[in-house]
Amino acid sequence: MALYTALPLLALMSSLLAAVVIFLLPEAARRWRTLVNVAAAVVKLILVAVMLAGVMQGHEFGFAMMLAPGLELRLQADALSLLFITLSAVLWLFTTVYAIGYLENSPNRGRFFGYFSLCVAATMGVATAGNLFTFFIFYELLTLATYPLVTHRGTPEAMRGGRIYLAYTLAGGAALLAGIILLENAGGSLAFIAGGSVEQLAVDDPALFSIIFWLLIGGIGVKAALVPLHGWLPVAMVAPAPVSALLHAVAVVKAGAFGITRIVFDVFGVQTTDALGLGPVLAALAAVTILYGSVRALAQTDIKRRLAFSTVSQVSYITLGIALAGPVVAVGGLVHLVHQGLMKITLFFCAGNWAETLGIHRIDQLDGVGQRMPWTSAAFTLGALGMIGVPPTAGFISKWYLGTGALQVGHGWVIAVLVASTVLNAAYFLPVLRRLWFAPPSRDWEERLPGTRAETTLALLIPTVIVALLALGAGVLAGLSLSPLGWAELIVLREYAR
Amino acid sequence: MNEASVLPVESHPGLVLLVFIPLLAAILSVLLDGRAARSTAVVTLAGVFGALWWVSAEVAAASQVRHLLGGWGAPLGIELMADGLSLAMLWLTWVTGLAVSAVAPASFAGRAEVSRLFWPLWLTLWAALNATWLATDLFNLYITLELLTLAAVALAILGGGSAALRAGMRYLLYALLGSLAWLLGVALIYAGHGVLDLHTLGVGLEVGPATWFAAALMSVGLMAKAALWPLHGWLPPAHAGAPAPVSALLSALVVKAAVYLLLRLWWWGLPALTGQGVALAFGVLGAAAMLYGSVLALMQLRVKRIIAYSTIAQLGYLLLVFPLASMAAWQGVLYHALSHGVAKAAMFLAAGNILMVVGHDRLAGLPQAMRARLGPSVAGLVLASVSLMGLPPTGGFIAKWLLLRAAFETGGVVWVSLIVLSGLLAAAYLFRLLAMLLRRPPGGEGDGVPDAHGAASLPVVLSVMPLLLGIVAVLLGFVAAPLLELFLQGAPFVEAAP
Repeated sequence: MALYTALPLLALMSSLLAAVVIFLLPEAARRWRTLVNVAAAVVKLILVAVMLAGVMQGHEFGFAMMLAPGLELRLQADALSLLFITLSAVLWLFTTVYAIGYLENSPNRGRFFGYFSLCVAATMGVATAGNLFTFFIFYELLTLATYPLVTHRGTPEAMRGGRIYLAYTLAGGAALLAGIILLENAGGSLAFIAGGSVEQLAVDDPALFSIIFWLLIGGIGVKAALVPLHGWLPVAMVAPAPVSALLHAVAVVKAGAFGITRIVFDVFGVQTTDALGLGPVLAALAAVTILYGSVRALAQTDIKRRLAFSTVSQVSYITLGIALAGPVVAVGGLVHLVHQGLMKITLFFCAGNWAETLGIHRIDQLDGVGQRMPWTSAAFTLGALGMIGVPPTAGFISKWYLGTGALQVGHGWVIAVLVASTVLNAAYFLPVLRRLWFAPPSRDWEERLPGTRAETTLALLIPTVIVALLALGAGVLAGLSLSPLGWAELIVLREYAR
Repeated sequence: MNEASVLPVESHPGLVLLVFIPLLAAILSVLLDGRAARSTAVVTLAGVFGALWWVSAEVAAASQVRHLLGGWGAPLGIELMADGLSLAMLWLTWVTGLAVSAVAPASFAGRAEVSRLFWPLWLTLWAALNATWLATDLFNLYITLELLTLAAVALAILGGGSAALRAGMRYLLYALLGSLAWLLGVALIYAGHGVLDLHTLGVGLEVGPATWFAAALMSVGLMAKAALWPLHGWLPPAHAGAPAPVSALLSALVVKAAVYLLLRLWWWGLPALTGQGVALAFGVLGAAAMLYGSVLALMQLRVKRIIAYSTIAQLGYLLLVFPLASMAAWQGVLYHALSHGVAKAAMFLAAGNILMVVGHDRLAGLPQAMRARLGPSVAGLVLASVSLMGLPPTGGFIAKWLLLRAAFETGGVVWVSLIVLSGLLAAAYLFRLLAMLLRRPPGGEGDGVPDAHGAASLPVVLSVMPLLLGIVAVLLGFVAAPLLELFLQGAPFVEAAP
């Protein structure tokens, strides 16, 4: 029974243990490493499934230990944690398979997969943290574990990307730390409690709590790539494709968006955030980020850079939904946490397939690739249409809930932002689709994987197709209670039930 | 403090053992040679461990343990006293001593002369350190300081070479002037008060100009020995020029002895003088050390130099207990001393391995170090660095958190900013080092120059010791609660009411 309630710890340990074992394995032990990688991912998926079933039945999961006087490491699994954990556990499995295929024959794979697992362990910690102290520990661990992945190639550009990534995230971490300790010092509770716990304190000293709020949001906003804290994300594009998937869909920016949700929902509470007048400001910031990211994406010629700016834009949908105090709009934001993850990982896998198979990095090289690589291109098309928000894709569901929800709480301007963003999304994705399918093949590419029978290695292709189908399914099957949408509604119900 | 002096005097022979076991071993090791000398160290490790365990149990129960040599009490006899602070330093000495004793035979293999000199010097140093942690009499402390200095300088020049000799002479000059200043101060105190015992002095102190002058003299003397800015000039060449095991001892323990005495002198011996002016002065000196040491560490081109300047910066943290003056600050400073000691020992031993395998410790040569399969050393370097940066999940993080909490409680935005900034600077200079390890080596893949002989020539014990110490640095992040409970026995502050 104790083992059952400690499931969050076990899920975290499964990745941590995998990391340690992989670090200890010799570089040449390829089969063993693959086995450990995949086994850990599968075990974790099972553990998460058990937790999912448990939380639905109202079971509580938790683990706590004192690290120092007054500092408690607490892991727990609530509905919000599970939204994030399930996403990252599912995507991790596919990303692992993809990465194994992608890094075939490249050096330092042991190091890569070690940090890769460490990264996922940190993400588990971020998702299951039961208080801000624990959240901070894993948030910083995530920074440390991703740095060697961003710099994996070791080239001067990679080192520069890593340096910029660190400068942003460590400075953000410092702001977050200052905010947390200031909050503790002001008498606030560090525990995550649905509906927040600082209501009275914030009424007594609104100025101080506004400062705390912005320190926390500023620190976390770095990872969520809120403008003007987004600068690291496009630069980190030098990393290999599986790492981009990890940064954009599985772990890093998600940890940021998730953190903002925790701060607004479970530290300040929606009502207090709104009462202090912080919600609308945060929403405005998110809106600016949405438009800015889209505009910048338009101008990019490199596929991955365009996708990166698209992430800057799309992740702020989540923040937007959280910041506006309304249940329906919150559902739109939360569900986008999953939807954006599924769609964006599809797009990055496709970009990786093109780069690995045909050496394609720029958009103008994509002419007619749809004929050479139909599956990958079809997956990309699904993802791109989802990002634009064409019904019945997942992106449409998010935008629908965001729009109707915003109207409901009297923020009609959000509709304008959504429309503008949709137009911009179409403007930067549709030309790509046109090139893929309708332009005559320029054959401006080099065959890097001759001898593969399918359009590319199966280890690359199969995960790509599966995540694309998941992204499609999240939209088409949104009516099911276990769909991301159903789950987001459950979370909001619990937050607003107070 | 007033209470402490009226506590019933206990007689605990464990305290005597802590000083006399290493002292006897030192004498024996001069007479014996080779393997036999080494075995005296093994016996010392076991004996000191036992005595330490015994004393720890007593301190946990009674907060303070004393022993009067020959039954003569103060003011005539020699008194030994152990409280939480002493225990923290005694245990740190033991752990570092264990690591250094384990690597020394392999490290000095093939240099019989060096090896023959090392054991008596190191054991003498150990006895002097333990005596410093336990003595309560200002004149006895002069003797232990002098013994400590002579052993440390001799160890620092053990490696030979004109650069090391010059550095050693400079160290000797600073340290002897420091001792002289201390002795003068002691004489003034004795002339004015007729008392040498720290505790007796603390009880009925009349503050006059002579006392102030004495206190200033003693402090300046200690600052020279602790390499506190601006008296730090001797440290980088001496610590960077010494053989790696010696550098570990010097950085982790020897400089801390002087800082330790600074704390003892002001918080136990002269509590009446330790007002705001003194607190601010030490705070400013600490801040200067933190910033100056960090900035200079950023500018170094050699690994051992970076680590040495980092020591200057990290010692500055210990002075923050003066301006912050609270239980939280005391906890933080104490824990910082422990974490820094372990992490620094790990780093110097790792740097020694790099030096041994690569042949130099220039930053630019580090990509090669990675290829030379220095895996465990590098892993230790990474873990220790994370702790020094104050990032989770490590002992350094717990210390930084406690210090930051204290800074917020005291309400000084300046101190908060200082700690945050200093942490970021540490990340900057350490990541500068770590980034080198990830960089692609110049000259392409596969031409593993030092590979074969490097891996073969590094004995296992040398190779894994940095990693083991790095793991201890991380573990310190998880065991702070019980450790602090023990080490806070007899602290000069009381817990603030919640």
